[in-house]
Amino acid sequence: MSAFRAMLVRELRLARRGGGDVLTLVLFFIIVGAIVPFAVGPDRELLARIAPGMVWIAAFLAMLLGLDRLFRPDHEDGSLILLRQADLPLSAVVAAKLITHWLVSALPLIVASPFLAMLLAMDVETFWRMLISLLVGTPALAAFGAVGAAVTVAIRRGGLIAPILVAPLSIPVLIFGTGSISATQSSAALLFLAALSLMAVALAPFAAALAISSGED
Amino acid sequence: MSIDTTPKQSWWNRIAHPGQFVAWTTPLLWPLTILTAVLFVVGLWFAFFNSPEDYQMGDTVRIMYVHVPNAWLSQFVYGVMAVSALGTLVWRHPMADVSMKAAAPLGALFTALALFTGALWGRPTWGTFWEWDGRMTSTLVLLFIYLGIVALWRAFDDQLRAARVIAVFTLIGAVNIPIIKFSVDWWSTLHQPASVFRADGPTMPGSILTPLFVMFFAFTFLFITLQLKAMHTEVRRRRVMTLQRKAAQGSTA
Amino acid sequence: MTSRQVFPPLSLRATGLVCGRGGMALTRALDFSVTPGRCLLLRGANGSGKTTLLLTLAGIVAPLDGVFALEGSDAETGPALHYCGHRNAVKPRLTVAENLCFWAAVNGATGLSIDAALQQVGLERLGDLDAGYLSAGQSRRLALARLLVSLRPLWLLDEPTAALDAEGHDLVTRLLDNHLDMGGLAIAATHDPITLPDPARMETVVLGARP
Repeated sequence: MSAFRAMLVRELRLARRGGGDVLTLVLFFIIVGAIVPFAVGPDRELLARIAPGMVWIAAFLAMLLGLDRLFRPDHEDGSLILLRQADLPLSAVVAAKLITHWLVSALPLIVASPFLAMLLAMDVETFWRMLISLLVGTPALAAFGAVGAAVTVAIRRGGLIAPILVAPLSIPVLIFGTGSISATQSSAALLFLAALSLMAVALAPFAAALAISSGED
Repeated sequence: MSIDTTPKQSWWNRIAHPGQFVAWTTPLLWPLTILTAVLFVVGLWFAFFNSPEDYQMGDTVRIMYVHVPNAWLSQFVYGVMAVSALGTLVWRHPMADVSMKAAAPLGALFTALALFTGALWGRPTWGTFWEWDGRMTSTLVLLFIYLGIVALWRAFDDQLRAARVIAVFTLIGAVNIPIIKFSVDWWSTLHQPASVFRADGPTMPGSILTPLFVMFFAFTFLFITLQLKAMHTEVRRRRVMTLQRKAAQGSTA
Repeated sequence: MTSRQVFPPLSLRATGLVCGRGGMALTRALDFSVTPGRCLLLRGANGSGKTTLLLTLAGIVAPLDGVFALEGSDAETGPALHYCGHRNAVKPRLTVAENLCFWAAVNGATGLSIDAALQQVGLERLGDLDAGYLSAGQSRRLALARLLVSLRPLWLLDEPTAALDAEGHDLVTRLLDNHLDMGGLAIAATHDPITLPDPARMETVVLGARP
């Protein structure tokens, strides 16, 4: 257990000292959302209608952007090979990385989402529903992202291809995520979203560990 | 931490050898090609001359004879890929790698054809090329997954190393596709009050079923033939690659 | 020799082991065994498969043919080997001590304390420095310190003396000698000659002499 904690501490330290990566992601999230009114016009009614979807898309894109730093730095400096000989299994290493990935790339977005909600003229009740849906749904996005990053880690320039692989897999997350914000059917969608998150987070560490250990063969 | 790699001689292991696989299956190639061609001729004859027009859709109903087999293959090929992926991961079967790689572009092609014929059919029937209908949407997502896998194959420098990684991804996709299908169906019923499209309406008369079945087998055999041919090509490509590497190594050593 | 025996008696035995990458054999069929307190030196030209052999023994690359086993090891006690490759796995944004602490926690802190290990490799005064400021040789020393904080019987060293100065060569020799004293095993791929105080403990295999 202490090995797992050491892994978490290390990842958080690296993220904190990572030269403002977290801030960059949050900025990207806000900017993507803030571009929408320029594209569709500042009509408050229209904005309010599409706001939940836009926030989800912005969060989705921001999380895809952060994928490349999940395993690649460790692959490049040789840490990943050594972590395969560690006392804790590779799936636990991936699980620790998954948790910190969510903490440093999803949680800041959720914290910043009120700002975006305001820009997009979202009403308060929708905002709360969106906040819950983001909290429940982003772990699944992080899990699918981890699998995509693990599959592409052995490719020299895999940073570009991971989003292509992850995006189709993440469609159910988007569907249930935005579905749980809409007025009708929201509780069913939220339950589906929670189920999806639990399943993805439970299985992703094993799948990602398998992909990593096969890739370096 | 011991790894035992002593070969066991069974039919399974014998087809594991790429050279033997090619030798065994080459005689099948011509008969399969002829069978496929005959099935196509018969199927198309039925489809064009010996099946009724639809009372609503008219002649355009004949697109179905191409569309439905392609839609079936779009899922069947993924099944072939998933089984091959299991072969790669569990038994480390070298021909499973080859089969997985050969199937990916074929699957993408059949899925694209299913979408294309669907769009052609949709235009006169519903008045639009594209409808965000549950079935069409999930087929589109499937196409994205196929194309992602093809891109993944191309991104790896070392094809032998790529196989196991891609097998992992293929299986994740296989687990995910039913979820995607379910979520898209849920989503399309949420956004559309009534579905525009019900193919499984009343039971079809035999005059439609006969050409449909023949075309169904024609396309399936087309896939099998192309798959075998693509596997042979891939085996040869790998042999060339190995020889090139050997030659390069020989010149430096 | 076994006065300071720490490790359970293990021996590494390989029979007919062929290593290679991407289906291409790089080595001939190798037969060797390493017993406690002995070191195997791998020599050979560039591209003769030294690194691949080490990666194979580390379980990262599958062997093309043949078998190898670490006899007497207990799978329950976790991984029994340290791999020290070309890349130092040093995170520039963490301090030297943090880097080492992390590996101690992840691999099991069964060996020297952090301070003692840094002392051994001559980095004792740099513990609080960001590892990004270390020179190539100092990074290498930090990578070697990783082997000291967790006791593992088998060391797989790939060019352990790369980027090290003359004093560093002595350091590697000293660490290796100590490790063998404790009943450890080592396999080192190297271009620089390593001479242990007791040459009888060393055996050399030359790779690349292709059949």
